[in-house]
Amino acid sequence: MALCMAPSFSHAADIKPARVIIENGMTLLIQDQPSLPIVTVNVLIKAGAVHDPDAKAGLAYMTAGMLEEGTKTRSATRLAQEIEFLGAEFNAKATNDFATATLRVLKKDADRGFTLLADLLMNPAFAEKEVSRVRDELLGVLQGEKDDPGTVAGKAFNDIIFKGHPYRRPTNGDEKTVPKITRKDLVAFHDAYYRPNRTVMAIVGDIREAEAVELVKKHFGRWAKKDAAAPPFPSPEPLQKSILKLIDKDLTQATVSLGHVGIDRKNPDFYAVSVMNYILGGGGFSSRLVNRIRDEQGLAYDVDSGFDAHVMPGPFSVNLQTRNAAANQAIAAALAEIKRIRTEPVSDQELADAKAYLIGSFPLRLDTTGKLAGLLTVVELHNLGLSYFDDYPKAIAAVTKEDILRAAQKYINPDLYALVVVAKQAEAKIDAGVVLGGK
Amino acid sequence: MLKRMLRLALVLAIIAVLPDPQPATANRLKVQEFTLANGLKVLLVEEPKAPVVTVQIWYKVGSRNEVMGRAGLSHMLEHMMFKGTPKYGKGEFSKIIKKNGGNDNAFTSQDYTAYFENLAADKLALALEMEADRLQGLLLDDKEFQLEREVVKEERRLRIEDVPPSYLVEQMYAQAFMTHPYHWPIIGWFNDLDAMNRQDLKSYYEKYYAPNNATLVIVGDVKAETALPLVRKYFDGLPKGNPPPPTSIIEPEQKGERRIVVKREAQLPFIYFGYKVPNFRSPDVRALAVLENILSGGRSARLYDALVYRKKLALQVGAGYNELAADPELFTFYAVVNPGAKIADVEKAVLTEIERLKKEPPSDMEIQKAKNQVEAKYLFEQDSIFRQAMLLGTAETAGAGWQYIADYVDKVRAVTKEDIQRVARTYLNEDTRTVGILIPLAQKPQAQQAAGGAQ
Repeated sequence: MALCMAPSFSHAADIKPARVIIENGMTLLIQDQPSLPIVTVNVLIKAGAVHDPDAKAGLAYMTAGMLEEGTKTRSATRLAQEIEFLGAEFNAKATNDFATATLRVLKKDADRGFTLLADLLMNPAFAEKEVSRVRDELLGVLQGEKDDPGTVAGKAFNDIIFKGHPYRRPTNGDEKTVPKITRKDLVAFHDAYYRPNRTVMAIVGDIREAEAVELVKKHFGRWAKKDAAAPPFPSPEPLQKSILKLIDKDLTQATVSLGHVGIDRKNPDFYAVSVMNYILGGGGFSSRLVNRIRDEQGLAYDVDSGFDAHVMPGPFSVNLQTRNAAANQAIAAALAEIKRIRTEPVSDQELADAKAYLIGSFPLRLDTTGKLAGLLTVVELHNLGLSYFDDYPKAIAAVTKEDILRAAQKYINPDLYALVVVAKQAEAKIDAGVVLGGK
Repeated sequence: MLKRMLRLALVLAIIAVLPDPQPATANRLKVQEFTLANGLKVLLVEEPKAPVVTVQIWYKVGSRNEVMGRAGLSHMLEHMMFKGTPKYGKGEFSKIIKKNGGNDNAFTSQDYTAYFENLAADKLALALEMEADRLQGLLLDDKEFQLEREVVKEERRLRIEDVPPSYLVEQMYAQAFMTHPYHWPIIGWFNDLDAMNRQDLKSYYEKYYAPNNATLVIVGDVKAETALPLVRKYFDGLPKGNPPPPTSIIEPEQKGERRIVVKREAQLPFIYFGYKVPNFRSPDVRALAVLENILSGGRSARLYDALVYRKKLALQVGAGYNELAADPELFTFYAVVNPGAKIADVEKAVLTEIERLKKEPPSDMEIQKAKNQVEAKYLFEQDSIFRQAMLLGTAETAGAGWQYIADYVDKVRAVTKEDIQRVARTYLNEDTRTVGILIPLAQKPQAQQAAGGAQ
């Protein structure tokens, strides 16, 4: 829910990845970092939940989850044993825009690791008995999620702001859609979207470029490319009026999500929005929301704002938790800050501090093989180019106070938003006049 | 922002899977140790792979140093450490670190309170200067304390009160430890938070925040010959404090299983239980660590295979063991009960796996796999300078000494089949077990209301 924008790079450091596209269309990004004898692989496949049919929300999520559940030649149990005997770590999951599979393995086991990685990405079995078990597990997880107020609020929030758009659906589906997902659906989804020409693989660690390319060709060379029709995605239906949704649960705190549709990653205002959001609520103890709501009033442990810049415009949201009885007060304070950033220019100091953080913290975003591999795939997904490592700090540095004011006015709407409050409503006593009216 | 607390629900042990050096890869930790005249211990690792550094100062004070009625004082003080000194006012610390491109935060556990800054290596002096500044002379303004207490109460609501499994974990610990301070939660009880005053904080700060009660850990793209003079420049002037009084509470022997049940609105039942086990001071800990991996090290480990995969009784299951606790702690097991499964069956299935280990030795393959996991994990942890520094800080602060980490893998390698069975038989016994069960109450009718519209 928090700020989840693309990576920010400040100075290029020694990040000079090689970019190689092999014959079947798979894109490789390789960064040799020999300081530790490990290899980290991050695979991004354009097989996200946006491709789920409405009635089968959760399909992409389940497909990614099933990668670990056995291949045509290895049972689920054997696959787990082989990975874990190497001490290796594997994870797979799907989000809205893509699926990711990550592998960490000791350098000495890199070939073995690639054997297993290729097998599970290319040849998942989707055995009926595993499908049925994983489906039941997912239903159990969905039930358990109802105990997490943040998840409940987030799903309700997306349901309102993304009406008519694939981002509306929960990536892991719901109780109605998950039971409908069959082996056949999984096989078809995998066949359509798990293809080398839809795949970006970042390889970071103690491995030379030639070595990495050879490993990939050896293990993934046989993977056949296939084009998938890109369905057109309609824009979300704009809100006609602000929507307040109250969800009653026996909780001590009110969990609040407030906002609307934000920006996509291609948006040229991305950088202005990044700086603006840092000042508003992305900058932790340096942000206005934390200062006003936590530091000055003691109302919340955590409050933030974020623009999730996805392939398509993602949410802009302010999120906080406060004791039930303080919900109106905290929401009013958040609204006041949202309005202020649209009406007054930020101060010179705020601007300078925000830029200094966003630029200066670049190396921290690249300081493990895992972080770097993840960022490389995202840079490629959004076609930011490898010069992005030099471009980002320049783009942040160029943002002006006027840009911020303009971006705030353009991308934040204080009169038309969704507001979800998960709380013990009898205590929260949400006052629509305060939380929707206060103009 | 996350003033984190480490003992929470399912993420019990910070070093759940243990590290260790791997001679085969010649990647031993290159730790340089120094001690200043005022007693501050400095651990430094030159790690130039990225142009960044982590600075962490670890105070030997956590909830185990608190007294009955003031649970949560260590953590409360951690929050107040961001509320200003005469030199840097309220909130300035984090703002200055951020405008220098860094991230900072802190975390409190049962045994320690640690503060860190992750930033560009050329900003090392800034972090050192500011940490030295707040080691003494903290303002502890009463008005700020009153406000921050409300923030901590919100944190308690967020992390414990509204999270059924965390709530159960807290209750279970309160049963397992009756006299030892591991009894109470790191974040404290509401009553104790309300009862605290500025004087409590001030006394506590003066007692425990001294250079001779702290370890400064620096890992990153720095050289000892330039870093150490900076450390001296900022910390040498701080006077040595009186040695804090040792805590010597020993939990009496447990003579019989204890059970605690929590009933509250929740979706899924949750089981959490623990056995009294030794900490790093016992040579048995390595066998316990291997045992932990055999039971819980992934999908091919026994618990997942039996409960999630074959019997479909649990959505999640696992074991946890924090051997780097300052005092003997628990070897814990948890399971999220699958909807439809019976709580008793789930508990029984976990116990069956424990008993099986006592009866039949694990296979050579299982043992080798567990050891391989420990070794690989050790290297993976070094990928992050932050994790490396945490490991050193934890070992040092718990009393094990950072060297404990250095030869850990060799010792794990030496663990035998017989060791594993012996520790299972010695420690995983009913009479020192404390079991917590979360029983969900039927949900009240969903009073979901869509109050739609800005009408």
